[in-house]
Amino acid sequence: MVAIVGLWCVAALLGIAGFGIVAGNWSQGSRLTYGATAATSTVALITAVLQLVGGTGVPPSIVLPLGLPWIGAHFRMDALSAFFLVVINLGGAAASLYGVGYGQHEDEPQRVLPFFPAFLAGMNLVILADDAFSFLLSWEFMSLASWALVMAHHHERDNIRAGYVYIVMACFGTLALLLAFGLLAGPEGGYAFASIRVHQLSPLLAGFVLGLALLGAGSKAGLVPLHVWLPLAHPAAPSHVSASMSGVMTKVAVYGFIRIVFDLLGPTAWWWSFPILAIGSGTAVLGVLYALMETDLKRVLAYSTIENIGLIFVGLGLALAFRANSLPAASALALTAALFHAFNHALFKSALFFGAGAVLTATGERQMERLGGLIHRMPTTSVVVLVACVAISALPPLNGFASEWLAFQAILLSPQLPLWGLKLLVPAVGALLALSAALAAACFVRVFGIVFLGRPRSPAAERAAEVDRWSLSAMVILAGLCILAGILPGFVIDAIAPVAQSLVGSRMPEQAGMSWLSIIPVAESRSSYNGLLVFCFIAASASLAAYVIHRLASHALRRAPAWDCGFPQSSPATQYTASSFAQPIRRVFGGYAFQARERVEMPPPGNLGPARFQVDLRDLAWELIYTPITNSVSVAAERLNRLQFLTIRQYLSLVFSALVFLLLVLALWS
Amino acid sequence: MGNLAFDIAHLLAGGLVLVSLMLLYQDRLYALLNVFALQATVLAMSVAWQAWVQGAPHLYITAVIALVVKAIVIPVALHRIIARLGIHREIENVVSIGPTMLAGIGLVALSMVVMLKVTADADPLAREDLAFALSVVLLGLLMMVTRRNAVSQVVGFMSLENGLILAATGAKGMPLVVEISVAFSVLVAFIVIGIFLFRIRERFDTVDVHALDRFRGDQR
Amino acid sequence: MVVISDLAIQGAQMLLVLTLAPLLTGFVRKVKAQLLRRRGASIVQPYRDLLRLLRKEVILADTASWLFRVIPYLIFATTWVAAALVPTFATSLLFSWSADLIAIIALLGSARFFLALAGMDVGTSFGGIGSSREVMIATLAEPAMIMIVFTLALLAGSTQLSNVASFMLSSSVGVRVSLALALVALVMVAIAENARIPIDNPATHLELTMVHEAMVLEYSGRHLAMIELAASLKLLLYISLIGCVFLPWGLALPGAGAAAQVAAVAVYIAKLAAGGFLLALFETTVAKMRVFRVPDFLGAALMLGLLGTLLLFVSRSL
Repeated sequence: MVAIVGLWCVAALLGIAGFGIVAGNWSQGSRLTYGATAATSTVALITAVLQLVGGTGVPPSIVLPLGLPWIGAHFRMDALSAFFLVVINLGGAAASLYGVGYGQHEDEPQRVLPFFPAFLAGMNLVILADDAFSFLLSWEFMSLASWALVMAHHHERDNIRAGYVYIVMACFGTLALLLAFGLLAGPEGGYAFASIRVHQLSPLLAGFVLGLALLGAGSKAGLVPLHVWLPLAHPAAPSHVSASMSGVMTKVAVYGFIRIVFDLLGPTAWWWSFPILAIGSGTAVLGVLYALMETDLKRVLAYSTIENIGLIFVGLGLALAFRANSLPAASALALTAALFHAFNHALFKSALFFGAGAVLTATGERQMERLGGLIHRMPTTSVVVLVACVAISALPPLNGFASEWLAFQAILLSPQLPLWGLKLLVPAVGALLALSAALAAACFVRVFGIVFLGRPRSPAAERAAEVDRWSLSAMVILAGLCILAGILPGFVIDAIAPVAQSLVGSRMPEQAGMSWLSIIPVAESRSSYNGLLVFCFIAASASLAAYVIHRLASHALRRAPAWDCGFPQSSPATQYTASSFAQPIRRVFGGYAFQARERVEMPPPGNLGPARFQVDLRDLAWELIYTPITNSVSVAAERLNRLQFLTIRQYLSLVFSALVFLLLVLALWS
Repeated sequence: MGNLAFDIAHLLAGGLVLVSLMLLYQDRLYALLNVFALQATVLAMSVAWQAWVQGAPHLYITAVIALVVKAIVIPVALHRIIARLGIHREIENVVSIGPTMLAGIGLVALSMVVMLKVTADADPLAREDLAFALSVVLLGLLMMVTRRNAVSQVVGFMSLENGLILAATGAKGMPLVVEISVAFSVLVAFIVIGIFLFRIRERFDTVDVHALDRFRGDQR
Repeated sequence: MVVISDLAIQGAQMLLVLTLAPLLTGFVRKVKAQLLRRRGASIVQPYRDLLRLLRKEVILADTASWLFRVIPYLIFATTWVAAALVPTFATSLLFSWSADLIAIIALLGSARFFLALAGMDVGTSFGGIGSSREVMIATLAEPAMIMIVFTLALLAGSTQLSNVASFMLSSSVGVRVSLALALVALVMVAIAENARIPIDNPATHLELTMVHEAMVLEYSGRHLAMIELAASLKLLLYISLIGCVFLPWGLALPGAGAAAQVAAVAVYIAKLAAGGFLLALFETTVAKMRVFRVPDFLGAALMLGLLGTLLLFVSRSL
């Protein structure tokens, strides 16, 4: 029944997509389309929440006579699917609500309207799919719809390149997943997930499948070094689509990875967690370092998505390690931390992209160096972005901290692991996790401080005005959810419990019954955290301090020019910029991560020309991996090009020799 | 009692590793020598503790040798050499401190894994000592690799040798003869290197061993 | 009954840290001055400074936003909450379970986040320089601190500070090299976090190397008073933290009588005095570092923390 509602929602979204083709030409068509999308997503969201919280027993499933005739199309909504459907439809509904207002500013709405509902429908289908064929088909549908959205503003040169890189990487990812499912199904070819679960693989083949899943899902999620398309493609789309791609589509990739590795692949080998932990922690640190070096607001957010994906994969790697060593309780804790973080990231990253979209609408600028002082002109947006920034920086009492705290608690359980390598790797991973959290805080001090605080750095920033009410309401809802999930994390953890139960065979202790709503991952004597109380304490002591001071101390307040050590500079150009803010961190980490070099060119004495300061950053992922590949591809293409200019006789001889070769192989083989 | 003995041995041997890492962190020569003297002192304490725990009086002699020669004589002598060469202000890392420290931690982890795996059925005290000793040896080598100045290479070499002594005492009963011969060989090496330092200095006007490379035939 | 006594202890501790924090700052300044053969200001001078600041009017920069005016209270509140959760003289705090050591560190991180934002609000170059350096120092200090927490948590089997302190009081700890490493690392982190020499100089203004003072340059009056009080509280917090984890002797255990509690307070004040004296002694003997030597210093703290955790993993499995 529930699966059918989910499918009806998908069908409705597809219908809205069809409607969007014509709606682009009407004046109110955009509002209507986004409104209908928001309503449908909300219905799907409620269905998924009901299934996740109340669903017990056999998960609802359905087989439709579509797709390959001997398989049919299987759909199923178990706890894992329901959880991810919640994440997706929450992000989708918020993005649609935001789109009701934001979509008005679109120049060519017909390039966005049909594809946005289709994109949401594709993501829903991936989660619902219960056989390899529908899974891959929906996955590809989702990729293509999002590609069309990336290409919505196709007049800008950068976007064309972004779209090209994206489609190449998406094809590569799907190929990897295709091979993974091929191996999973085995030669008999039982492509329904139920028969894949029964089919056991040899350890070597299972290792291959793990690698392919890492490649396929990892390229969609943005694991380093497969991340290169993400900071190009996510910012290129309209902002509510960027929010859906960054906040939600990466979660579909995480879902794909969990589905294959935790569910379909069967028992775990001991060494699997090594590559996942290493890649995950490396991704976390590198992603946020990239974000700190970037000055385009939306690209900063996209790079920070890479960081968060790294954190999620660290959690998954830990869960896998604990599961392989039969420590189900610890495994459930790590998995819960990862899923909780996925949920949180969908919330605050969507809110941040909405904020970036609002800034873009108000000023027409994405470049942080030309923004500033927006807190005076966009009060609501700035509060929402501030909340999201605190949340993503993993600071209490908001939700980012709650999930990060669970991850640290999971790491602290790692001495129970019997393997030496893991014993030594996991503390290092913990240090990298803490490093990435601290760097994320630096990154978002930079984002908020440069964009919203200080003085405006351009006339456009000076003239900014608050955006429309629809956009604001979407942002405020997400920020409110960030706060709620931060102070009442126990309810989210309880909602995730059935997922952990089904995947690792254990769950975290029931949190709702804990006294004072605190969360206790293992035992109260070990560790506990109470977001609600911490929030109340901070609020109470801040108000107490404010009250006492305003009763007893002086009220006097005088506005005056900034002091600035006695040398105030009137030009806004003397403020710290985004690049100068990142300079200390670039000096510390940039040398290793990007081979950063700083050059100062001083004019010779007597010359009145300006001195120049230049920073060279090199993207090692491009240089070491992608450039050689593209070079070899173009060299090969150059060679093969000659085949286009042969005579007919030569073509015939080619075909003939190929035939003879194949016959020879056949003769020798059998 | 056994627990406390183990804890203190653990503390001293771990302290030796810590001091080796501190050696890596120093980039001033005088500070380097001070830390080296500290390392020798910790070694002497560690050896003396082992002597008491194992009831092996000859280890006391080893401790005294370590204390007198390595903690006092050699640092003082090197101090004088540096003063006479006038190089006390030289800062001379090939690789900067951050990566060196990271590599150092990696080496410590590596030697832990290797030693604890190999010596699975030995006495825990010896296991731990061996693991720490291997770390100290590797850190000494790392120091010799990452430093340019001949004086710090000498210090690296001697810190390596300290690691060997730690291993030997932990392995229950190192013959005194071996120990004395090792001590003497180090002393000889020290004298030879000291003389060489002055020769190098006279010849090339620097103690940067990099300068020697230019006089090798097979340079690129 | 137990709840009421715990609540009383909790309240007493909140007031105690608030009243002692300026005294500690004054004491450190006094000792430093004496070591430099100066007479120095009176030990209660910080109280006078705070009162004076409270009476003065606030001069607010034209470009300052509402956030600039809210932040001092937020910083004070988060620091105070964090300081109230560290056991100072008794382990039985009513609310110690509401935030463990990781959460306390993160609370201080929140305070720093807002302070760095305040530095950028007015839009001056000094504020920016302070904020950017502060976050750089924090990116290195926080992982080091987390490694220290790991060491303690692995040893005590808990990240709950009261439990860690009770564990340290018990005889099953022994002498451990990991603890020594964690102590050294914690001292290094504490020096960096509290903007003391050699990382930053709390006594200077108008110097290009300043970090903390550069961020609060535009604050005045009651706002500055809040920030100064928060800074004193943070120093007190770190010394109490070191005291309760590494020198837990003298802490009043749950169920101790009133006399024991008073004695514990006296011991706590003695610990604070010792910590303050050592800090002043250390500060007078070292020179301030260049800013870009700080990563080496804190990197070393991180390495020590990591090494401590590694050694603990090793010795646990023997």
